[in-house]
Amino acid sequence: MAFEYAPAPESRAVVDIAPSYGLFIDGEFREASDGKVFKTVSPSTEEVLSEVAQASAEDVDAAVKAARKAFEKWSALPGAERAKYLFRIARIIQERSRELAVLETLDNGKPIKETRDADLPLVAAHFFYYAGWADKLDHAGFGADPRPLGVAGQVIPWNFPLLMLAWKIAPALAAGNTVVLKPAETTPLSALFFADICRQAGLPKGVVNILTGDGSTGAALVGHDGIDKVAFTGSTGVGKQIARTLAGTDKKLTLELGGKGANIVFDDAPIDQAVEGIVNGIFFNQGQVCCAGSRLLVQESIQDELLDALKRRMSTLRVGDPLDKNTDVGAINSAEQLARITALADSGEAEGAERWAPACELPGAGYWFAPTLFTNVTQAHRIAREEIFGPVLSVLTFRTPGEAVAKANNSQYGLSAGIWTEKGSRMLAVAGKLRAGVVWANTFNKFDPTSPFGGYKESGFGREGGRHGLEAYLAGAAEPSNERSEREGERDR
Amino acid sequence: MRYARRYALPVTMPTVPSFGNEAAERLASMADVTASDGALRRFLHGLPGVDPVGLEARAAALGTRSIKTTAKAYAIDLSISMIDLTTLEGADTPGKVRALCAKALNPDPTDRETPRTAAICVYPDMVATAAEALRGSDVKVASVATAFPAGRAALPVKLADTADAVAAGADEIDMVIDRGAFLSGRYLSVFEEIKAVKEACRREDGSAARLKVIFETGELSTYDNIRRASWLGMLAGADFIKTSTGKVAVNATPANTLLMLEAVRDFHATTGVQVGVKPAGGIRTTKDAMKFLVLVNETVGEEWLSNEWFRFGASSLLNDLLMQRQKLSTGRYSGPDYVTVD
Repeated sequence: MAFEYAPAPESRAVVDIAPSYGLFIDGEFREASDGKVFKTVSPSTEEVLSEVAQASAEDVDAAVKAARKAFEKWSALPGAERAKYLFRIARIIQERSRELAVLETLDNGKPIKETRDADLPLVAAHFFYYAGWADKLDHAGFGADPRPLGVAGQVIPWNFPLLMLAWKIAPALAAGNTVVLKPAETTPLSALFFADICRQAGLPKGVVNILTGDGSTGAALVGHDGIDKVAFTGSTGVGKQIARTLAGTDKKLTLELGGKGANIVFDDAPIDQAVEGIVNGIFFNQGQVCCAGSRLLVQESIQDELLDALKRRMSTLRVGDPLDKNTDVGAINSAEQLARITALADSGEAEGAERWAPACELPGAGYWFAPTLFTNVTQAHRIAREEIFGPVLSVLTFRTPGEAVAKANNSQYGLSAGIWTEKGSRMLAVAGKLRAGVVWANTFNKFDPTSPFGGYKESGFGREGGRHGLEAYLAGAAEPSNERSEREGERDR
Repeated sequence: MRYARRYALPVTMPTVPSFGNEAAERLASMADVTASDGALRRFLHGLPGVDPVGLEARAAALGTRSIKTTAKAYAIDLSISMIDLTTLEGADTPGKVRALCAKALNPDPTDRETPRTAAICVYPDMVATAAEALRGSDVKVASVATAFPAGRAALPVKLADTADAVAAGADEIDMVIDRGAFLSGRYLSVFEEIKAVKEACRREDGSAARLKVIFETGELSTYDNIRRASWLGMLAGADFIKTSTGKVAVNATPANTLLMLEAVRDFHATTGVQVGVKPAGGIRTTKDAMKFLVLVNETVGEEWLSNEWFRFGASSLLNDLLMQRQKLSTGRYSGPDYVTVD
């Protein structure tokens, strides 16, 4: 008799999803000005979870005005006072973490194992971390009296809805800015629950505003004259549009875009751990991770051994109900994303790469894609160059460290890379040559609020996390902030 | 020459158990790596390294598997059947050993359906008592030997210790390796000693007691050492590789057991020989036991999920399993007074 794990579903009863949600502007939930709504569905079942408001340009304007109004008092608070709110938010997130984990799993499709053990702990940690900075900004290395920028317009993706919100909001508030944030169209719910947490924490009205909507809402937000800074995480295509919109304005911009991370495995790697790292690098969050290790570069001399071990390990991945605590790989976030992954995987086959996936039964409803790997991939294949943003690994080989570095860097992106070797000197030498914002050694997809994160080349610019993350929300003494220049303008008059 | 890499390529050959002539033939085919101290050292040091952070993270991740209802019932009964119920005290008496044997034969007097444990594990001088008490049952008698737990005795003493236990009726021998020799790099000496003990496990009728080789992983200290010791033990003919004596500070952990399971898996892929694994010491709760079973299930799979190939060296674990078993069947927690204390 085999050891079959009985279903172990996390209870949905811990989360109470309302049939509809409004926009969170100036501390209140309100309907969209034109009354428009859209539905958000659970990607694992296609069940409609709720109906949320579609913010119009008018709503964007109202939210920016609320944030501008709140900015005056919020930025004038002593840092230690702002920290109190952030600590309070962090504590509430911890207290409500089970509810938020279930909610995120329902709305996003990722396994409860990940929301419970990765997303939510990191969200709370991020708020705790930046709460600690709020009263130490004078000593952060950005001049004696760094000032906040003003109102930040923030647009975040659907792959880590609450975590990306934390990455955006925590440093912005710590530095004294107020924010208008737009969550992704397919995953609006956790941001709306966060709005409730802001109220629970007694955060002053208007400091955080949440606008749900599609791309048009995002475009209206980043194009609004009343904001001082845009922070965007998402696709390189949209990032380029935003950069065009902002060109010639004095708005500050940080972009965290796509990636095609290379995971380099040398012949002296700790093989079992490398296999885990490869799996974690590309199947974590169904591969819908901008810093995913989607290109495996393996030294030719251990190719067969490593691929056999990898395939054996992939055969044990448990794909299915994201709410089951034993699920390793959940649902793809949307039908649109599934179509994109399917098309790119098909191109891999059409261009001559060899496709392999373990035998695994996918649920009938919802959006699913089996963990897949491609061998015989060359640098010329689309699946080696384009970001797939799904559970699809492209395997390439190399013969020498120099070739590994050249191939890893041969990408329009430069967000992440991994190195697997037991030799410290090689690890350091290779890490220094990789053009990637994050280089992991003998691990992959490890995140920590103290560590800056961001990209080179078409992966974007600016850093989030760590002390570096504050820089995007502060104007140093040498660089007058909008607020100060307005005051100076008044004096001139 | 990185021998390990060459040998780690999976080969398709029928699985054979570690005991028996076929296994001996397969091991003979690896004779080149054990031909000299130098060859053995090169082989063991050519094995892939172990990244401790990654190994422990994997073991911890598998520890979060949620085992409920039918899976839990299955795991509890399987765990009970895998226990080497152990008493290894200076204060052991025939009375104590007989009581433990009674417990092994009938773990829960209120439920005769409860599986029996795999074996009783005692010191060599208690083997005859245990064999007598277990006569006619399928519960095995395992005996520690080779100057357990330190192993600090001359080889002839260790072999006599082993032969004595086998003659008294031991079905299984749990030997300790010479950690001093291992840590000073005298791998061939450790190898030869295991082979000699394996020889001493033979009975006059040509059958042999199954040999478990204890590495005392807490003393080997590094995961690289544990992987090397695992291969060394298997090359020398171990039927089981076992973590610890239970007499040092660090005994079985999910990480060191996972590593040994990986070694067993790779050895099987290389030679086709199936070897068992026995974590011992420190496993006290049902929850712990289920985590180890998950490690087995997801590392080496179903073929190892029986007491033929996986054991727990434990004593207090059994009562916790019995309490959880009662909870599953009655829906209520009983308490320590509803299981027997022996």
